[in-house]
Amino acid sequence: MTVSELIDKNIFTLLNDGGNHDTALKGCYCCDLLSIAMGHAPEGCIWVTVMNNVNTLAVASLAECGCVVLACDVVADDAFLAKAKEQNITVFKTDLPVFDAALKAHECL
Amino acid sequence: MSFSNDSLHFQYVVSKDDFTHAGSASSDVKNKLKKMNVDAAAVRKVSIAMYEGEINMIIHAYGGTIDVDIYEDRIVMCLKDTGPGIANIEEAMQEGFSTAPADVINLGFGAGMGLPNMRSNSDEFNIESEVGVGTTVTMTIYFNPA
Ligand SMILES: Nc1ncnc2c1ncn2[C@@H]1O[C@H](COP(=O)(O)OP(=O)(O)O)[C@@H](O)[C@H]1O
Ligand SMILES: [Mg+2]
Repeated sequence: MTVSELIDKNIFTLLNDGGNHDTALKGCYCCDLLSIAMGHAPEGCIWVTVMNNVNTLAVASLAECGCVVLACDVVADDAFLAKAKEQNITVFKTDLPVFDAALKAHECL
Repeated sequence: MSFSNDSLHFQYVVSKDDFTHAGSASSDVKNKLKKMNVDAAAVRKVSIAMYEGEINMIIHAYGGTIDVDIYEDRIVMCLKDTGPGIANIEEAMQEGFSTAPADVINLGFGAGMGLPNMRSNSDEFNIESEVGVGTTVTMTIYFNPA
């Protein structure tokens, strides 16, 4: 599944379209500790997290995650959205808890 | 791009508590390496190692400078901060050891995996620290030939 296909599935609310439509999404990754995610998030993953600060985006960019899904209805503030836009990172949100969000995305892969 | 014996040198200034720009130096180096067609595995190791070092300078230290030298076959990153230094390096290097305060933990840091990640992703790793003076971490990562 590509990022644009995940957008089209409409299972999550799109907060920022990073423009990386053709990026192949290879799996889901769940973690809220940034050092662990930095070392272990696979390239091209759908990273599901509740960590809603700009450092999440720095890690997503460095680890080359395919997109970020903010779970549990956590709020993305203006700074977060501005950074996502600047770094061209596709970000979704959902009110589902982390596991359910990842499971739902996984079923689409 | 051609190299002789010399390197391409870059310097970055990292400021204490600047979480908004945390990762920008690492990101810049990563983009440079990609443009130079350095292999993806090495780029990933550099990204992880340098990001962790950059974060430590922001969280634990009073900021400092990162000097990066890119050679044909390797990158050398020298992260030098201006204190407070680390009293017990052996303890600091242990997986899970962290003195990160609660506000920093709330941002997702403080897993105590930074220094271990830096060491495991580096081909050569050196840390020197003096309490009251500062910490210098030097990391070398070799590129894989194409
Ligand atoms: N540049 C530094 N200056 C002072 N202390 C540091 C520095 N880097 C690391 N430390 C100390 O070593 C500990 C472990 O660092 P690290 O493995 O990166 O874990 P974390 O950053 O998650 O705490 C830190 O909690 C801190 O006490
Ligand atoms: Mg650290």
